[in-house]
Amino acid sequence: MTAEASREVLIDIKGVSKSYVMGRETVTVLHQVSLQVHRGDFVAIVGPSGSGKSTLMNVIGCLDTPSEGSYKLDGVEVRGQNDNKLAQIRNSKIGFIFQGFHLLPRLTALENCELPLIYRGLSAKERRERSSNALKQVGLGERMHHRPSELSGGQQQRVAIARALATHPPILLADEPTGALDSKTGQEVLAMIEQLNREGHTIVLITHDMDVAKRAGRTVVIRDGVLSEERGGANEAHTRLPNGVQERLIEQA
Amino acid sequence: MKLTQGFRMAFKSVLSNKLRTSLSMLGILIGVATVIALVAMGKGSSNQVEEQVSSLGTNLLSITITGRGTETSLSKDEAMAFADLPNVEGVSPVVSSSLSVKYKTTSTNVTVEGITPEYEDVNDFSVQTGRYIVPIDESNSQKVALIGVSTAEELFGTDDPLGKVILLNGYRFTIVGLLEAKGSSLSGSNDEKVLIPLSTAQRLFKSVGVRTVYVKVTQLDLMNTVVAMLEAKLTEKFRGDTSSYRVFNQQDAMETLNSVNKTMNTMLLYVAAISLIVGGIGIMNIMLVSVTERTREIGIRKSLGAKRRDILFQFLVEAVTISGLGGLLGIGIGYIASIVIGRVMGTHTEVPFNTVMIAFAFSAVVGVVFGIFPANKAARLRPVDALRHD
Repeated sequence: MTAEASREVLIDIKGVSKSYVMGRETVTVLHQVSLQVHRGDFVAIVGPSGSGKSTLMNVIGCLDTPSEGSYKLDGVEVRGQNDNKLAQIRNSKIGFIFQGFHLLPRLTALENCELPLIYRGLSAKERRERSSNALKQVGLGERMHHRPSELSGGQQQRVAIARALATHPPILLADEPTGALDSKTGQEVLAMIEQLNREGHTIVLITHDMDVAKRAGRTVVIRDGVLSEERGGANEAHTRLPNGVQERLIEQA
Repeated sequence: MKLTQGFRMAFKSVLSNKLRTSLSMLGILIGVATVIALVAMGKGSSNQVEEQVSSLGTNLLSITITGRGTETSLSKDEAMAFADLPNVEGVSPVVSSSLSVKYKTTSTNVTVEGITPEYEDVNDFSVQTGRYIVPIDESNSQKVALIGVSTAEELFGTDDPLGKVILLNGYRFTIVGLLEAKGSSLSGSNDEKVLIPLSTAQRLFKSVGVRTVYVKVTQLDLMNTVVAMLEAKLTEKFRGDTSSYRVFNQQDAMETLNSVNKTMNTMLLYVAAISLIVGGIGIMNIMLVSVTERTREIGIRKSLGAKRRDILFQFLVEAVTISGLGGLLGIGIGYIASIVIGRVMGTHTEVPFNTVMIAFAFSAVVGVVFGIFPANKAARLRPVDALRHD
């Protein structure tokens, strides 16, 4: 605990709620969620579909802003920021790894990696250098000029990881990174994510798969918009559940 | 994001869907091509008209007697008296009629003009071979004729027309001169003409007086003074009946034609504007489809840090690229079309450079105007919604 506290807090979510207006009803998806992630952590957020997991990811990824509470990312308050500022935060703070890879099909692997750097405004030379380094890091140095359609699923996900790494973000946010892969390539991708964590990257992994979550150093469970600590944490995710409920939750997850 | 990067990205995207791009630029392309071709044609024909007008001489006036009967006719001597007015260099009275001219078994319709020897100088129309009408032909009402090159060729082929005898209304005329080739002017072809002495013509046409008097003025800037003087003289002669004559200034003719051209150009501008708007709507349509189709791409770009203006710029540049490319191709095709039309119609066409620039600028502007709505739609998408879209 003392060791944890000494490390810098990267993600500091306090009492965050998120609700949507649907027609005349207001649906609250996140209830007073609190979570802290330190630099170098590998946190898995687990939950079944409809648990509010995606919403939490959108909030963490600054794709969406909380309705209530406070979210500080690397010391910057996210709530209340406008679109442009959010885009800038995403660009500089977060590397996304999506389930569906989310590569642009018309661009080569290298060009895909260059995209976030274009929006950062880097020169062509620097973009090229950083992107090719990132691709080499994920073992795709030979396939830089292939388009996503010419790559296997695992390779595509590695391109996506390289794209996330190219911006040198403090946080890698992986949303079901193995969801679209067969188990063998899924394991390879997970191994790579673990490796990145060992190299010092902070990783937040969102999944519904407990086996995947077990690879993380710490697991938090979300159900019906409520977060609870499963293991490895320092009890900063509150909303205590009665004994037994948590176990059931995890089984369902 | 830099401009060049934006254009490179737009080109890539535009080229990746060639069929759609080419179809959506078709509206602009056809619009611009039409404008270029029509402007070239209009410019060509106005050039031609100007040449014709100036070939007649800009310091030439013509008086046309429109009234009928002995009361309102101008005799030859009265016409010749205009030569004594100040600033008048020469006067050439003319009577003309359309007659059938016959040589052996060939006959054709031509304009037959009765002229005086002054015609050569005043109307600047001489013979290439043979001799001109001389005063003695005029005073003796000789049946001699000068013949235009086209008519000569039609009647005699390659034979030398000099000395040949033609029939005008059954009267035999001997050809004494072959006129020089002069092309067409406002009053029709100058090469399909037969010129005979004025007195002979008056007898042949059974008319008294003259129909037209050409007046050559010494200096261009004295035209108006001479016109005023002539009008005064004629009004006096016709006792205030101003409707029985018309003084015609070549420059007036040019101005009239220019105003016709101007009207035509304005019409062209409307046609251009309408076709460009139609083309622009086509582009807007395609861009809207493109935005919907690429919602996920927009989501990805936004999640990677693209700001609103980056997305706006991207789609705007794409729209401008499509419309600009359409404009460029339209200019090319219009240029080729104008050359082809020029060849087919035998006119000299010309594509003015500023028309090309305006056409291109306009098509680019159309891209911006009609691209801004779809681009804004794309830019305003929420990243969460856009990513979820499939």
